[in-house]
Amino acid sequence: MNPVELLSGVLLGAGALFVVSGGVGLLRFPDFYTRNHAVGVTDSIGAGLILVGLLLQPISWQTAVRLLIILLFMTLTSPTAAHILAHAARRDGVPVWHEGYRRR
Amino acid sequence: MTTFALINVTLLGILLATALAIARMRALYEATMLAALLSLVTATLFVLLDAVDVAFTEAAVGVGISTVLLLGVLALTRSWEAVTSQRRRLPGLLVVVLAGGALVYASQDLPAFGAADSPVQLHPVTDAYLYESQDEVGIPNTVTAVLASYRALDTLGELVVVFTAGLAVLSVLGPLARPEQTRPGADFHLADYRVIRVITRLLLPFILVFALYVLFHGEYGPGGGFQAGVIFATGAVLYGLVFGLDRAQQVIPSWALWLFICLGLLLYLGLGVATMLLGGSFLDYDVLSPGHPETGQHLGILLVEMAIGTTVSAVMAMIFFSFASRGASR
Amino acid sequence: MIFAVMAALLVTMVLALARAFLGPGRYNRILAVNMFGTKTVLFVAVAGFLFGRPEFLDIGILYALVNFTAIVAVLRLTHYRELVSARPEAERG
Repeated sequence: MNPVELLSGVLLGAGALFVVSGGVGLLRFPDFYTRNHAVGVTDSIGAGLILVGLLLQPISWQTAVRLLIILLFMTLTSPTAAHILAHAARRDGVPVWHEGYRRR
Repeated sequence: MTTFALINVTLLGILLATALAIARMRALYEATMLAALLSLVTATLFVLLDAVDVAFTEAAVGVGISTVLLLGVLALTRSWEAVTSQRRRLPGLLVVVLAGGALVYASQDLPAFGAADSPVQLHPVTDAYLYESQDEVGIPNTVTAVLASYRALDTLGELVVVFTAGLAVLSVLGPLARPEQTRPGADFHLADYRVIRVITRLLLPFILVFALYVLFHGEYGPGGGFQAGVIFATGAVLYGLVFGLDRAQQVIPSWALWLFICLGLLLYLGLGVATMLLGGSFLDYDVLSPGHPETGQHLGILLVEMAIGTTVSAVMAMIFFSFASRGASR
Repeated sequence: MIFAVMAALLVTMVLALARAFLGPGRYNRILAVNMFGTKTVLFVAVAGFLFGRPEFLDIGILYALVNFTAIVAVLRLTHYRELVSARPEAERG
């Protein structure tokens, strides 16, 4: 297996791992802000790794350009969505979890 | 199970669970978000069934415009559903079971999925659309060829329906609030944050260019006039949501929206009249370029898609501004 | 490996759905729907590779756009609840 295919497989695997960890974090974390952090971080990293892994597959240049556009869009909008979600929740008064509180 | 079957079963399970959750939920904002999720899963199922144009439209309309409009409506009314009284539950269940049972019973008459003797496989119009369209119209996306050329009259009817919907919203909700009527202080929560302002400013040109790409590339890939119009309107909606309605209505004034609503439909009808004046029948694009019917077809399809895109984008943007400005002026 | 990525995406979609059903209050559900949307973008891109149809990437771009717009819309329009809702104050967050 040539190194580019290997690298593509590694990136795809790492991306899948981050994506699943984001999903698990969404269920296991005790509070909205921690879950927001899990989703925001793993969305951007997982999407980036998976899309770069797909870029390394044998594809035409049109497909590569489209993948780059999706990558650019996700890089710009995923962190922004997490940011405005956190700010809106803070403004709305969603309480922050501390050690010893009940899970919400 | 094959991969395809496994994926389909998972997505259908998600669909069913979400639909049940929406029915049970009394919190309407959350139910609207789950309805957006439902549209997204439906669009993905369409993608897996190879119906990419339908998936495009379902995603753009169901998740984008429809969700935003529902949320705009919820801002004008209560956001919690009233409890259904006990004595209305049994008749409701009866109606649902009867209607659903009738649908299931009727679906037994459909031909089996992929059967070789279904009308789709046997009727000669299938060959005409799939093979002769390559000689007569010559574009790779057969869906666009059928929508914009073979069944152009039906598409004109759909455009008139969209136009009428815009007129109906205008007449029920009244003209758009003039910019000085919307109070600028009360609802600029999102515009306070520099991050979302910068990102939206960065993204908007790309969204608009993407809408144009979908419009012009609709002959070669998934897309077309309707999807392009909805994407354009989504860009306008995003601008209105982030920067406030008064600024959005300065950028896209009401007179411009009304002009574009009428312009698209007039272009479509005018094209039909022009082909009649040139000697063909209504919307017969062959006469547009005498001697080269294929060029005429290309030209006709291009003009028709632009007309659809113009009217649809203006109607969707206008409906959003009408709904949202009602809330702002309360 | 592409199969593994697709399976991981489906699993994450189901997990996000669980949070959308459970999540006490509005913001957990909005977060879950946001995550579901971005996973669907990746799902459609990977499915395009799996089934050999690169046109699916156009749909992926569209999904990313409408997902972002829906999230911005719900956050922007949800602030009107102080004006008109009859929602009980106990269900915050």
